[in-house]
Amino acid sequence: MAEVTLHEVSKRYGATVALDRVSLTIADGAFVVLLGPTGAGKTTTLRLISGLEAPDGGDILIGGRSVLRDTPAQRDVAMVFQQYSLYPHMSVRDNLAFPLRSPVLRTPEDEIARKVREVAEVLRIEGKLDNKATALSGGEMQRVSIGRALVRDPQLFLMDEPLSSLDAKLRADLRVELKRIHATLGATLLYVTHDQIEAMTMATEIGVLDQGRLVQFGTPREVYESPVSLYVAARLGLPRINTLPAGLFAGAPAGAKTIGLRPEHIRQGEGRPAQVLRIEPLGDQTRLHLRLDGHDIVTLTDVHTDLEPGDSIAIEPRNALYFDATGARIV
Amino acid sequence: MSGASVTGPSRRLKWAAGILVVGYALITLMPLLWIMATGFKTSPDSIAYPPKVIFAPSLEGYVNLFTTQTRQTADYLAANPPQTWYEKIVHDRGMVITGTSRFGERFMNSVIIGFGSTFLSVVLGTLAAYAFSRYRIPLKDDLMFFILSTRMMPPVAVAIPIFLMFRNLGLSDTHAGMILLYTAVNLSLAVWLLKGFIDEIPREYEEAALIDGYTRFQAFTKVVLPQAATGIASTAIFCLIFAWNEYAFAVLLTSGTAQTAPPFIPTIIGVGGRDWPAVAAGATIFLVPVVVFTVLLRKHLLRGITFGAVRK
Repeated sequence: MAEVTLHEVSKRYGATVALDRVSLTIADGAFVVLLGPTGAGKTTTLRLISGLEAPDGGDILIGGRSVLRDTPAQRDVAMVFQQYSLYPHMSVRDNLAFPLRSPVLRTPEDEIARKVREVAEVLRIEGKLDNKATALSGGEMQRVSIGRALVRDPQLFLMDEPLSSLDAKLRADLRVELKRIHATLGATLLYVTHDQIEAMTMATEIGVLDQGRLVQFGTPREVYESPVSLYVAARLGLPRINTLPAGLFAGAPAGAKTIGLRPEHIRQGEGRPAQVLRIEPLGDQTRLHLRLDGHDIVTLTDVHTDLEPGDSIAIEPRNALYFDATGARIV
Repeated sequence: MSGASVTGPSRRLKWAAGILVVGYALITLMPLLWIMATGFKTSPDSIAYPPKVIFAPSLEGYVNLFTTQTRQTADYLAANPPQTWYEKIVHDRGMVITGTSRFGERFMNSVIIGFGSTFLSVVLGTLAAYAFSRYRIPLKDDLMFFILSTRMMPPVAVAIPIFLMFRNLGLSDTHAGMILLYTAVNLSLAVWLLKGFIDEIPREYEEAALIDGYTRFQAFTKVVLPQAATGIASTAIFCLIFAWNEYAFAVLLTSGTAQTAPPFIPTIIGVGGRDWPAVAAGATIFLVPVVVFTVLLRKHLLRGITFGAVRK
């Protein structure tokens, strides 16, 4: 395992800027999640680090050494793709053994057998080793492709939305599994997702990308509680942060254009009256859809609330986030 | 109707389709069956009118195909009784065998040239198709069109220049020359077919292999080739069928050493009268390698022909 550093890395595809001078350090043993919508540059970052693409500018260091001249094989990184991850003409066992049989590693067959068995156990796919890769369910396939990364003991794991094609239950299971693997192996991981739950639950640090720029990098708590911009604030939190004109409530600081209200920023019982539109009981929480001066607001309320649509409820901000006209955070 | 599923075709429709297919197959296979039957007729039976559907089978055609013969006097024939079954067939018609014919040799030429050019076409075609599919190549579309344009006229349209070229390069009537020629003609088809197949293989597999520690070439051989097997097999069949059946260039450019079976078989007609059974026997044997090759690869061929029609 090693520390990975990106220094002012840029990449363009024709006229499109995929990455714009991104600098980032992934500490040894860190679990860094890159968050951002489609086209933000998440996958490009992984492809540049893995060596599948070359940057137009900047430097990439793994373990303190520039790897720009190295082939993907020489960089000793493992990557889990979003899909198409298994070689369809091989059995599960051969898929898992494939990296170990590479000319770079040249592992003896008895050790391959041992490692494959170990990984199969960790990922609970022992019974499927002799299946053809195409005869697996989606969840099993993705576990095998994670397994193919795990057998290798590389410097760095790169994961490109590995859970996005799975159903919710499996995704939750594998989230826990990945977190456990990270903890036991002490592995360094760079993980790309647009799923904020994955980001919040697994990351030691989150990097938020916006149109090729790294706009914030910090612990999940930092990024959630002190977002540098409206864009970052909107990436985390469920229900999503409410963005309203700053003038809707009294007390906005000078220059504020927008107020950002997460559910915990909304105190109920005092302040301005809002109309209850809808109540959504989700079991563990109940969402409250409100309307105030023509603006929709979503917040949480008591699970066993007796509010009904049409009721009126007073709300006011508490420790809210304020943003200026450009979307940058003021307070 | 009972037993008919809601979504599938009804039983009546299936029967109708079955009858249609069998009927069509019979019509198209009729000439082929007739040729194969003629190969087992005697010379008089083969030209009998009305044509004989039921006849006493004879290997006369096959014996004639593989041997050269000469007519002998009754005294000579009586003094030299036949030793083997095939000598007897010839003997009964007042002839004796003087040696082996050139058919075996010509047939082997067909095998060497047909399979040799197919092998080269597929190897070169796969490499070219991979490059066209995966790399950024300047003027890629124009190059692909240019490659295809070599098939836009009948190959024989360029027969004269090729004839002159071959004469000057000493390639006339050589195996190497014919292999080169058929490879050149087949390559455009091979590149186009295989590019389609390789385009369908997601790049992610190779990228995964690159990261897994393999070189580009190893990723190609270990990951791309096995998945392109279907395309390679069906391309090989198309190439072989062309090279195997090619007649015009073979007539023009070969006369002895490298003559293939197609120009040779008609020459049988001229040797010792119109020997239709021998011609039919030659045509039948000529069919065998392509049929065997196609049967061996038939699963791939079926998938190959319908490739792209079904979304995976």
